[in-house]
Amino acid sequence: MSGRTLISDGSTAAESPAAASAVGRLDVGFTVNGEFTRCSVDPRATLLDTLRETLHLTGTKKGCDHGQCGACTVHVNGRRVNSCLSFAVMHDGDTITTVEGLGSPGNLHPVQAAFVEHDGYQCGYCTPGQIMSASALLSEPCGYTDADVAEAMAGNICRCGAYKNIVAAIQSVRQRS
Amino acid sequence: MNAFTFTRAETVGDALHAAGGQAAFVAGGTTLIDLMKLDVMRPAAVIDINHLPLADVTRTPDGGLRIGALARNADVAHHPDVRRDYPVLSEALLSGASGQLRNMASTGGNLLQRTRCVYFRDTASACNKRSPGSGCAAIGGYNRNLAILGTSEHCIASNPSDQNVALAALEATVQISGARGDRAVPIGEFHLTPRDHPERETVLEPGELVTSVTLPPPVSGASSTYLKLRDRASYEFALASAAVIVNVEGGTIRYARIAMGGIGSKPWRNLDAEAALEGKAPAPERFAEAAEIVLHDAQPQPGNAFKVELAKRCLVAALTTVTNGAVR
Repeated sequence: MSGRTLISDGSTAAESPAAASAVGRLDVGFTVNGEFTRCSVDPRATLLDTLRETLHLTGTKKGCDHGQCGACTVHVNGRRVNSCLSFAVMHDGDTITTVEGLGSPGNLHPVQAAFVEHDGYQCGYCTPGQIMSASALLSEPCGYTDADVAEAMAGNICRCGAYKNIVAAIQSVRQRS
Repeated sequence: MNAFTFTRAETVGDALHAAGGQAAFVAGGTTLIDLMKLDVMRPAAVIDINHLPLADVTRTPDGGLRIGALARNADVAHHPDVRRDYPVLSEALLSGASGQLRNMASTGGNLLQRTRCVYFRDTASACNKRSPGSGCAAIGGYNRNLAILGTSEHCIASNPSDQNVALAALEATVQISGARGDRAVPIGEFHLTPRDHPERETVLEPGELVTSVTLPPPVSGASSTYLKLRDRASYEFALASAAVIVNVEGGTIRYARIAMGGIGSKPWRNLDAEAALEGKAPAPERFAEAAEIVLHDAQPQPGNAFKVELAKRCLVAALTTVTNGAVR
């Protein structure tokens, strides 16, 4: 067969959780925030854990780890996805943007600036995911109303309840563009 | 999570060759990886099929549509041909999950989406679907979101997909490739009711791969709608939903297709209810009759008995919407 990678990683490990660490590692190469990065990962490592634990990009947050809260939202090839529901090894060759790559303190992305201006957060834990989701939303089909934006942002939960200001922040950017 | 071998397939042939009894194909990963984290699914091998050339949406020679198994839910929902000719599918897809999940989830994966039964997702609970012979904690337990049609004494799990309800109303066909060749299965025969084997959810054999879903040509002059009723206004599974496609001509219903979600062990279509509508003038009494037919064999639990009436009202409301202006 011509599959690009075929790694056998210790079939005995599947029998016992205690042996779970005795697994093989795979090389994966992707572009993260404009920089090509190659790393060696356990095939079980999610994109989220790889960004945080291997590449130390801790701006992307782990909330539920099951695709329900949106705290882990990043862009893969320009589209917003839940990085917790994807294995890092599935992203060989992909282009990934995290909140660290979206803007910088001296040069905020318009969505970041709007979240500051509109007070679109309280504790801030969901904010990187909210901002990554909102910045991708700008290039998706979406209606004009606040209700349309709220619906499109339904995959990002804010436990502080900053939703009203989040929608206002997003709308201010959409109205300017 | 259990350890597994990881293979990236470049062709359908690669994928089929790598597939064995304990292998799982991964596309979007939104069901598989979620359930692997819970130890509910423990594949010995994971085969990444995201590089296979199965993401296109194309017209078929007969004027229908072929949706590649890897076409993402968001891309299908916003595809101009889907929006124009099969809007019920677009509506159903957009009513489900979140923007992020729809960017990931694939057409083929959504066909195989697993139930949201809380006992299926909890390895400490009895579940005949996850662990055959262990019993069913949902019968007599928490079953608000579970099925009232097509259940068995061994399982009352509901199929959670919105996409599949629309595909059932559209009379889609599932195209399958396997080591022994290709085959096409009508959507109504693709999913199985639990009976004595709740662990078997579809007719897919181990190692077989869904390659595309095909739709027949759109029905000329028909109107459609997808109505989804749920506990939250967004990002929630259906308690009851209805995909309805109806053509009214000269004051008579010439064509009716009805499928319901949230209430069945599989996407629930009822041919008798459709036949009861065809040839009749659209009227509230006719819609109520159709709803009675669909729910006639319902076997609710105490925790989901409300769904019998909810589902009837859901269908009547959908039929009312879709025949708007034609009701006398």
